[in-house]
Amino acid sequence: MAYTIIFAPLIGFLIAGLFGRKIGDLCSQIITSSLIFLSAIISCYYLYQFIIGSDVLNFVIFNWISSGQLNLNWSIYIDTLTAVMLVVVTSVSFLVHVYSIGYMSHDPDKPRFMSYLSLFTFAMLMLITSDNFLQLFFGWEGVGLASYLLIGFWFKKPSANAAAIKAFVVNRVGDFGLAIGIFLIYKYTGSLNFSEVFQAVPSLLDKKINFIGTDGNLITYICVFLFIGAMGKSAQLFLHTWLPDAMEGPTPVSALIHAATMVTAGVFLVVRCSPIFEFSPFSQSLIVTIGASTAFFAATIGLVQNDIKKVIAYSTCSQLGYMFFAAGIGAYHIAIFHLFTHAFFKALLFLCAGSVIHSLHEEQDIRKMGGIYKKIPYTYAFMVIGTLAITGFPFLSGFYSKDAILEAAYFSTNSMGMYATSIGVFTALLTSIYSWRLIYKTFHGNYKNESYELDKIHESPPVILIPLFVLTIGAIFAGFVFKDIFIGTDHQNFWKSAIFFKEQFELKHPPLWFLLFTPISGVIIIFATYYFYVRNEKILENLKQTHKPLYNFLLNKWYFDELYDFLFTKPAKAIGSFFWSKGDVKIIDGFGPNGFAKIIKILSDRAVLFQSGYLYHYAFVILIGLTILLTYLII
Amino acid sequence: MNEIPILTLTTFLPLIGVFFLLFLKGEEEFVSRTSGYISLLTSGIVFLASILILNNFNYNNPDFQFVEQHDWIFNFVNYKVGIDGISLSFILLTTFITPICILATINSVKKRLREFLIALLLMETMMIGVFCSLDLFIFYLFFEAGLIPMFLIIGIWGGEKRVYSAFKFFLYTLFGSIFMLISIIYIYFDAGTLDVEKLLNIQINKDYQKYLWLGFFASFAVKTPMWPVHTWLPDAHVEAPTSGSVILAAILLKMAGYGFIRFSLGLFPDASVYFAPLVFALSIIAIIYTSLVALVQKDMKKLIAYSSVAHMGFVTIGIFVFNKQGIEGSIFQMISHGIISSALFLCVGVVYDRMHTREISEYGGVVNIMPKYAVMFMVFTLGSLGLPGTSGFVGEILVLIGSFKYNYWIAFFAATGVILSACYSLWLYRRVVFGKITNEKIRNLTDLNKNEYLILTPLLIMTIILGFYPALILDLISSSVDKVSSNMTDYIKLAGAVK
Repeated sequence: MAYTIIFAPLIGFLIAGLFGRKIGDLCSQIITSSLIFLSAIISCYYLYQFIIGSDVLNFVIFNWISSGQLNLNWSIYIDTLTAVMLVVVTSVSFLVHVYSIGYMSHDPDKPRFMSYLSLFTFAMLMLITSDNFLQLFFGWEGVGLASYLLIGFWFKKPSANAAAIKAFVVNRVGDFGLAIGIFLIYKYTGSLNFSEVFQAVPSLLDKKINFIGTDGNLITYICVFLFIGAMGKSAQLFLHTWLPDAMEGPTPVSALIHAATMVTAGVFLVVRCSPIFEFSPFSQSLIVTIGASTAFFAATIGLVQNDIKKVIAYSTCSQLGYMFFAAGIGAYHIAIFHLFTHAFFKALLFLCAGSVIHSLHEEQDIRKMGGIYKKIPYTYAFMVIGTLAITGFPFLSGFYSKDAILEAAYFSTNSMGMYATSIGVFTALLTSIYSWRLIYKTFHGNYKNESYELDKIHESPPVILIPLFVLTIGAIFAGFVFKDIFIGTDHQNFWKSAIFFKEQFELKHPPLWFLLFTPISGVIIIFATYYFYVRNEKILENLKQTHKPLYNFLLNKWYFDELYDFLFTKPAKAIGSFFWSKGDVKIIDGFGPNGFAKIIKILSDRAVLFQSGYLYHYAFVILIGLTILLTYLII
Repeated sequence: MNEIPILTLTTFLPLIGVFFLLFLKGEEEFVSRTSGYISLLTSGIVFLASILILNNFNYNNPDFQFVEQHDWIFNFVNYKVGIDGISLSFILLTTFITPICILATINSVKKRLREFLIALLLMETMMIGVFCSLDLFIFYLFFEAGLIPMFLIIGIWGGEKRVYSAFKFFLYTLFGSIFMLISIIYIYFDAGTLDVEKLLNIQINKDYQKYLWLGFFASFAVKTPMWPVHTWLPDAHVEAPTSGSVILAAILLKMAGYGFIRFSLGLFPDASVYFAPLVFALSIIAIIYTSLVALVQKDMKKLIAYSSVAHMGFVTIGIFVFNKQGIEGSIFQMISHGIISSALFLCVGVVYDRMHTREISEYGGVVNIMPKYAVMFMVFTLGSLGLPGTSGFVGEILVLIGSFKYNYWIAFFAATGVILSACYSLWLYRRVVFGKITNEKIRNLTDLNKNEYLILTPLLIMTIILGFYPALILDLISSSVDKVSSNMTDYIKLAGAVK
């Protein structure tokens, strides 16, 4: 059964990819979707098994690499953590498959799209079911590939191609860190299998090494490099630049890959490696700092973006920051809980945005929307629920997970705990602001697009609305239903060995004002933003004018792209040109082969002069030679 | 099996094909067609013969197998051949790539096809000979004789600047080889034999090892090619016809890597340890430098040629970290590079045959017209950038793991090459395949024909199979590599104890 979960998407990918043209669009859509559905059902079964107390399952498919001590298998490893991820990945993937049937209905390349989606699902499943670091790395790069292919799906758009390459390359920078972490692990533990590595960790706690010129604790180095990998994949500060650009891809892709599943792989990695991270207070603080900073930074940018998908993308970035700082303070199970709920409401938001874009005929700029809620009532309703969920409105899914994170941060003993708590609370307010701004600018106020008439707008077909409805159910109930299992008092019974806590994790109860602060301010913001974005836009307009530099700073995403372009892209090309024209052509060839050739040419030109053909020239040379010889002999 | 001299047979089988080709007479078209069939048949039989060898090969025996020995020149040169797992993997690569090359040649070469095929078959003999000779003199003969057909292939069937490139190629490699010849002669006078099996068991005078090592290194470094003696490679590739590039990238370069493992490590362990830092420095420069150079190339073939130099940088690093993962990784990387770079050159050949230009800027939007080609090209591009699941990954990761164990700085710098390879490969792919059609000529292209399918599909299958199941190669080389690496580690321990 476990095999089916993994291989059903692979089969779907192969069928749609190889024979898509032959079997037709509809057939490949049905085949891929139903295969994923099969995976999803089995995944749910496994999660249920773990809820009622099943043990870890480990299947070896076959041997992959064996060289000396290094021995790695293709494997399927299912514990509680994997089971939760399986449900998230396969269920969202299934809904996105179905949604895509409607969303991509005008696209000529449907089988290719479906096959890429299935390929992605396969790679993601390989990632989460791995029992060793290298198969994880396989999945890690595999989802990167699928993401590359899907971002660049509309290959005629230059911006989509650029974004695809950027995503791949920035991820490779993160992968570089992950690879170094993996090498460190192998060098000092002699294994890459999770169970063996985790067993070896406690004996390496005091090991000091000198790495890249600085002395430090081995475990800390390992954690920092693994975390760099996680930062790349999960678009954390400094390695986040690819995620907003990735919105060039079709919207279902953004929902599946760039919101619900792939970008959470970094969080998964940190949680999976909790037996290592728990022993490195330094890297835990680093994770908290980076996570909290990302949460804040991305939220500020989200406030001013005008592309409906980019707002949600920055929101994703920000929410990932929350998950990281939860993991950083040692609340791994809460991080996964937020990952779980986030998958539903963020996929919902993206797919709703897709539905809006679909209805408006590929318009993504929210400045050209407004007042369309009556035209697309279902989408509107779903999106409002999604927004309520993400802003932590009481009793919706985001409320449970986000509050749990803030509470855990409040009681954290981590040195960055206070920083995280304050940033976390403040960012929660920003989250409400940008989320409601998006709703109001998209659906309320006056319709502002002159190139597309209001009357032409129509609601999306059922094949799009049904997945939205299912996700809405998830966004409403996922928190309430699963909170006791995931983060309740006996969560240890559920997670068992999947998550390692150095000390017993207890969720205490913070003071009442802290508990009430975010939900109440969240509700206030609903009305406040309505006033500022719909009733009285002038005030903000004026604010924009008076604080132009700040506004531009946010609008241009803190100028990260420009900075990286200046620091890396341009120098790389300049150095490349320099090496080529000066190094290879001028110096090596100039002094090497071509130089030799030139010298020989010159010498032979000289030698030619001797062979003049005149007898008296030769006679003269002979005479001189004779003289020199005689002189030499005599002396 | 012991009665039949199967290695010799396999080595010289292609010459029988050459013999028939020489005596073909008749009309031009008839000659071309028949010579195509004959050479395909010959190389096919050679491939089967090599499979037969594999079937009878004992995986657990680290020593040389199928050894044959005959006196040749009195007391000086013995004809001696034999193989271990390492040689066999390269022989298989040779016999696998040659038929593909011949098919590609038949497909695209229009003038003097027969002569071209003769050159290819001659090359095959030389290359198999290199990998199975167990006598230094024989090795040298095969190693050098291989130059001549390649020189002719570039010089006769090449592009505009073919003469310059052919000479550059010839002189560069000859220049290196002279030093190797001198070293070989010295070894003969010092040890009294050129028998590799015997030489592996005796210690060559330590004082001279360094000079001898440098002599061999001069030749191998040029052929690998290592920075800074790599500049012949891009020129040779650019001017060579497609199948010439394939042979060059897939097999000729591998002779050097094979030579490093067999001779530099085997005969001069002292000097190898001594010079290892030099090799690392040159390889790391090669990886970073040539990757950056590849980034700015405007010619498709040149870009792939430069990426070859970078990939071979991984190979030389892996060999000189002396541990099992490193050496196995190097060999695997060579095999994988042999498959993937051949495929990439063939991919360039496919569009070159149609458009007659290799300028990247002339292309764009090819996927609109040639979707199947785009898929093939994509898989090979991913292999080249070392995506897990392709053979490129296994070699790279083993080399990196091995070198990290040895010295983390090496792995650290080498791994940056992994980022850069993603940049230049994907950027090349994007400019050629994706985007809108800008050049009207692209509209008239046709997708892959049957022959091209036949050529690329085996390479595609191998790329993926080796990515998921690398044991095919790793099992084959394991015990032989064990022997090499344990020799080296013993040796390093011993040297450490003396200090």
